[in-house]
Amino acid sequence: MVLSANDKTNVKTAFSKFGGHVEEYGGEALDRMFVTYPQTKTYFPHFDLSHGSAQVKAHGKKVAAALVEAVNHIDDIAGALSKLSDLHAQKLRVDPVNFKLLGHCFLVVVAIHHPAVLTPEVHASLDKFLCAVGTVLTAKYR
Amino acid sequence: MVHWTAEEKQLITSIWGKVNVEECGAEALARLLIVYPWTQRFFSSFGNLSSPTAITGNPKVRAHGKKVLTSFGEAIKNLDNIKATYSKLSELHCDKLHVDPENFRLLGDILIIVLAAHFARDFSPACHSAWQKLVGVVAHALARKYH
Repeated sequence: MVLSANDKTNVKTAFSKFGGHVEEYGGEALDRMFVTYPQTKTYFPHFDLSHGSAQVKAHGKKVAAALVEAVNHIDDIAGALSKLSDLHAQKLRVDPVNFKLLGHCFLVVVAIHHPAVLTPEVHASLDKFLCAVGTVLTAKYR
Repeated sequence: MVHWTAEEKQLITSIWGKVNVEECGAEALARLLIVYPWTQRFFSSFGNLSSPTAITGNPKVRAHGKKVLTSFGEAIKNLDNIKATYSKLSELHCDKLHVDPENFRLLGDILIIVLAAHFARDFSPACHSAWQKLVGVVAHALARKYH
């Protein structure tokens, strides 16, 4: 799936509206993912995953920062996330299906906080963008 | 049979009680056709689906969206027997409509996002989780009679 010029504009504009809150949204998306898809917790046996956990919030910030990095280099997401891609392939090896789950939860969080931003067109662009990020992160798996 | 906790049932029915089925159904179907354009393959008789604006304004999309979500309401009325509720519809989607069950999953996820946008903070993680379970159960029931 290729991001059109329109998609890129939609994504950049949406993220600019999230502003500094995007870090919280990362944490919230993770929290919802752990509640809704409990199998995803298996990747975090070393974490306190209870609601409001400081570890989940911190990890959410990391996830959000990576998304922002991808937005800032939207013409070369593979380049921007190359190190993260290596990490996921060699060390973390999170099953690819889980990126869709987290992406979906992130969209839910966006819908809650910015319903007006999430027009159908922007929804489509963000969904494509999140798919692209997931694809990059799993690209070196085999 | 699916096991629903009392809390899950309450979270589902309390949200459903506030849903405008016509608006929500129309929006969910329109978004499905816009966000996952390949789903338009089932609706060649619906006329103009050439742009997001066309899709959102298309009266056949609105009507069909309402129909689909009204049917969802039947599942909610029969949470303890969704399989039976959707048995005939499952056969229909397989034998006559030839719809890949993956599409039920896609529509379920879109519905979740529409509800989240509408209910905001009321769509708590627990609420989201109950509804995600519901859309999964509905998708599964609709796929059950496929052969």
